[in-house]
Amino acid sequence: MSTGDMVKLNYSVNIEDFAKAGDISSNTKKVLKKLGIPSDITRRAAIVTYEAEMNIIIHSSGGEIIVNIDTAKIEIIARDYGPGIPDIDRAMQKGYSTASDHVRELGFGAGMGLPNMKRCSDGFLIESQKGKGTTVTSTIHIHN
Amino acid sequence: MNGYFHSVVLSEDSCKGCTHCIKRCPTEAIRVRDRKASISGERCIDCGECIRVCPYHAQKAVTDDLEDIKKYKYRIALVPPAVHGQFDTGIGLGKILKAVEMLGFDEAYDISPYCDIASAIIQKYYLEEEKITRPAIYSDCPVIIRLIQLRYPDLLENVIPLVSPMEIAARLIKTDTVSKKNFKREDVGVFYLTPCPARVTSVRVLIGLSFAYTDGLISIRKIFGSLSKNLGELQSLEKVEGYEFSGRGLKWGIIGGQSQSIVSKNYLAVDGIENVINVFEELELGKLKNMDFVEAYACTGGCVGGPLLVENAFVAKTRVKHLADTTHSPKLIGKEKVKEFIEAGLFTWTEEIKPKKMVSLDPNIGKAIQKMEKVEEILKKLPGIDCGSCGAPTCRALAEDIVNGRAREVDCVFRLREKINEIDRG
Repeated sequence: MSTGDMVKLNYSVNIEDFAKAGDISSNTKKVLKKLGIPSDITRRAAIVTYEAEMNIIIHSSGGEIIVNIDTAKIEIIARDYGPGIPDIDRAMQKGYSTASDHVRELGFGAGMGLPNMKRCSDGFLIESQKGKGTTVTSTIHIHN
Repeated sequence: MNGYFHSVVLSEDSCKGCTHCIKRCPTEAIRVRDRKASISGERCIDCGECIRVCPYHAQKAVTDDLEDIKKYKYRIALVPPAVHGQFDTGIGLGKILKAVEMLGFDEAYDISPYCDIASAIIQKYYLEEEKITRPAIYSDCPVIIRLIQLRYPDLLENVIPLVSPMEIAARLIKTDTVSKKNFKREDVGVFYLTPCPARVTSVRVLIGLSFAYTDGLISIRKIFGSLSKNLGELQSLEKVEGYEFSGRGLKWGIIGGQSQSIVSKNYLAVDGIENVINVFEELELGKLKNMDFVEAYACTGGCVGGPLLVENAFVAKTRVKHLADTTHSPKLIGKEKVKEFIEAGLFTWTEEIKPKKMVSLDPNIGKAIQKMEKVEEILKKLPGIDCGSCGAPTCRALAEDIVNGRAREVDCVFRLREKINEIDRG
């Protein structure tokens, strides 16, 4: 029942930019609330964008997050430019993390990012190519 | 006011149409139109930030007057710790209670022993018996509950459904007075001396309750002069006895005090509405799961920072802390008594707290999406400096108002100038 109308949010994420960590998530949340999206769905989308944002900040060489919202679903695409995930199955395990000691000292890198994102998504897809980068696509259905 | 009662109201005569309040309102509830501010009843959470910041004192709080207590045959005053913070600590708590009675009350009670009852119920029932989702949130601050209702409805399941110490006191004291002194219930009037407008709203528009035992609220600022005068008259007295206090309970008046009287560790205490919003954002993301207890107050410092007080919040905080440290704390009531209270349902919410819909661009998601696209279009043309001259707090808020027909593009002085230049050029 899509009307063809869509809100598209586009954010770039810089490596190790902890000062801005959480901005994309909170901005996305504001937009979703303004659109009148039910609060449980808004909360799931906020968690997915937050974890995606943190993943790119901690693990990648930078990337972008695109959020597409139409009447039926929210699609969150997190794309980075490398280094790629060598073993996706392991990355999906709770508690598994390759974060550096430096990052862990900051209180991040608990190994819950990807599992959390999956838990909050209705559709979840990871595509990764070593050296090239990773794209995580999360879909959350909007039910009224 | 569109069916919404709020204690915070605007006096149009005093309003100069400046932008102080619109910038400070945490829910973007205020707009200036035709050089006068107006508050959206739907969005206002009665935090009183606008009262605090208004240089012309145009934002006011609706409270009861001392005249109103005359409607009752037997008049009771409830005195919260914030009152003690208004006076020098050397005066002594007893004299302050006495000075309150001299305003025309038959009896004055300090709230602190009733804060202890709340502490015991939260500690021994809700936390020890695992009756609530962690981290448990309890707030004696009505603004916080309204904020959760409006912006963080998913956190409602973490909120302990216990009435405020004010209501605990009103219930126990009123019931006791009726039975001991042989009054009818309607003869006994219970009045709370309030540091803030939010508390006034909390008994007019009830949260979690269908009935309040507190009959009225009187602004502390309004009676400060008379109280000081009464204290002057009591100056010659050595000490006034006959009232009950608890040091532990007094601490409820300052941020962190509530947590410290309930849990020894794993708590988070946050004050100031903007800080509270930041913490709730984290909570909503599912962080802070290892916390047992979250205490939040809209005012800086806790209730001692209320907008209807006279003394500087930090001075009052220091005083209340000193009084709490030097006042005896009776033992908390035991598990048995707590169980009795819970089973009697005397202090728990009876009504379900429903989420309030955050004001969206349109009730229909499809239409809201179309409007959002228009908002983005308009935003590109606005200067993005959030100056507030148009009467909306941000350029985005103006764009939203335009889309919903509540403002025009030329309300923006920058857009207006551009239009004039266009006409000029012919």
